[in-house]
Amino acid sequence: MKQTVSVSKPLHGLPRLRNGARAYLKRWKRHPFSALMRLLSTLCMAVTLLMLMSIIWDILSKGIPNLKPSLFSLTYTTENQSLLPALINTFAITLLSLLVAVPLGVGGAVYLSEYAHRESVLVKSVRITAVTLAGIPSILYGLFGMMFFVITLKMGLSLLSGALTLSLMVLPLILRTTEEALLSVPDGYREGSYGLGAGKLRTVWRIVLPPASPGILAGIVLAIGRIVGETAALLFTAGTVAQLPQGLLSSGRTLSVHMYVLSGEGLHIGEAYATAAVLLVFVTLMNGLSGLISRKIVKE
Amino acid sequence: MKFKESAMRWVFAASACMCIIAVALICIFLFANGLPFFQKVNVFSFLSGTKWAPDVNDTGNGVYGILPMIVGSLYVTAGALLIGAPIGILGGVYLARFCPKRLLKVLLPLVSLMAGIPSVVYGFFGITNLVPIVREIFGGNGFSILTACILLGVMILPTILQLTYSAVLAVPESYFEGSLALGATEERSVFRAVLPAAKSGILAAVVLGIGRAIGETMAVVMVAGNQARMPKGLLKGIRTLTSNIVTEMGYAADLHREALIATGVVLFVFILLINLLFSVLKRREVK
Repeated sequence: MKQTVSVSKPLHGLPRLRNGARAYLKRWKRHPFSALMRLLSTLCMAVTLLMLMSIIWDILSKGIPNLKPSLFSLTYTTENQSLLPALINTFAITLLSLLVAVPLGVGGAVYLSEYAHRESVLVKSVRITAVTLAGIPSILYGLFGMMFFVITLKMGLSLLSGALTLSLMVLPLILRTTEEALLSVPDGYREGSYGLGAGKLRTVWRIVLPPASPGILAGIVLAIGRIVGETAALLFTAGTVAQLPQGLLSSGRTLSVHMYVLSGEGLHIGEAYATAAVLLVFVTLMNGLSGLISRKIVKE
Repeated sequence: MKFKESAMRWVFAASACMCIIAVALICIFLFANGLPFFQKVNVFSFLSGTKWAPDVNDTGNGVYGILPMIVGSLYVTAGALLIGAPIGILGGVYLARFCPKRLLKVLLPLVSLMAGIPSVVYGFFGITNLVPIVREIFGGNGFSILTACILLGVMILPTILQLTYSAVLAVPESYFEGSLALGATEERSVFRAVLPAAKSGILAAVVLGIGRAIGETMAVVMVAGNQARMPKGLLKGIRTLTSNIVTEMGYAADLHREALIATGVVLFVFILLINLLFSVLKRREVK
């Protein structure tokens, strides 16, 4: 049998053939199973892409024309359905959650990768619980936040309760990305630092953390995306008041919660589309930024 | 100096322990608030009761059975899996094996963007697009099991796709090359030699998808109709465990509220079991 395929490494995509597409067609004719599987898997990717594109197209094409200046007035009324207060609440909650989650996550990751023994009981149990935390659905975070922060700690329905609940939710994400970033710093850096007489703390602070910071940043940006998109965990912790917050202990809805309430009413479809567009653009930006940062690390 | 070193060491150790503390707190609070309910209502009748009629007016005769919600969650999850798993797995195989490298650079960020779209946006898309489409093609009012299945299927697609992609990439290249050397076509090599080796990784991907689907709240609440009754057909509405909590928590009090928290406990147990399965599969993959 004449060998028609000459495979070249790397094996991504179509291997180069001696006489191109023709040879492929010929081979697929002889092997219908192969042709079918190739076709099916390409089709599945195409369907996925089509879904994504139709969602993005639908939201943006109907949302952007509905972005009116009245949507950005400082006070929310039932007529203008302003999203600005919700946007400000979103920023406040994001900032607050990060203030809690970033030091805890980064500190924890430093301990896991720089101080602890790989096989110690503590490390193992932190790993297991981090995976468990990452798997808990947001509605259960909401229930927990309601029972713990809102009722037991008497914070009430407030930005603070919501932010603390969300900080627990993004903690495993920050922990994992930071740990990966720290592990990618070569051991030579640490050894060099010790060799020059620096202590452990100085080594971590001055030598290990700086080169790991883009990786940590990428994780934080990803966490921002999750916080901004979260709804279920906030309904019963931060509440649904649509006005500007009076303080940390006042209730306020974030953009996602605003979006949920709007679409539940079913009266302001245009405004809901506009809000969805803002939300989608924001989350896309965060995602792109995170990708950009981590790609930069790979290059370096 | 010595003091500072050891103090910071303890600070770092304490923050590492936060994960453990958080899981412990969540367990304690869920169980402590949910379990007292079972002293008043029989566990068995709670889990197997088909009638959910909460005592809203405080007359003392509420009936709490969450079998419809359990069945609803299972139906919706199974449906989502039926749609999301095959497309996700095949798409992941495409990305890992058949996709030209240049295209891959575009597709990977797009898939992770799809995973990052908030569930309210998915839900809103469901209300404005999927519901009318289902209403038009299949009849009914559109808020149905079918709609929820399709929407959830789309939502878990990127998760399954990404994990399948990395599971397939993790298989040693020699499997593929060996199969090629024996005269198999590229596709046959991928599906008969590489994929079986990536089996537990792909299973883990599917299990994670199940976890996502069963825990998803907002999107399901928005399109599933939320009627608390046993499922009557693909085109009829249904309520899941998660949507039971979200729709009624806002106004629930006393026993009704405890019943909702107990619903959360049931969901939590489901999730813990799925997590356990996931980590067992993951561990097998590494070996």
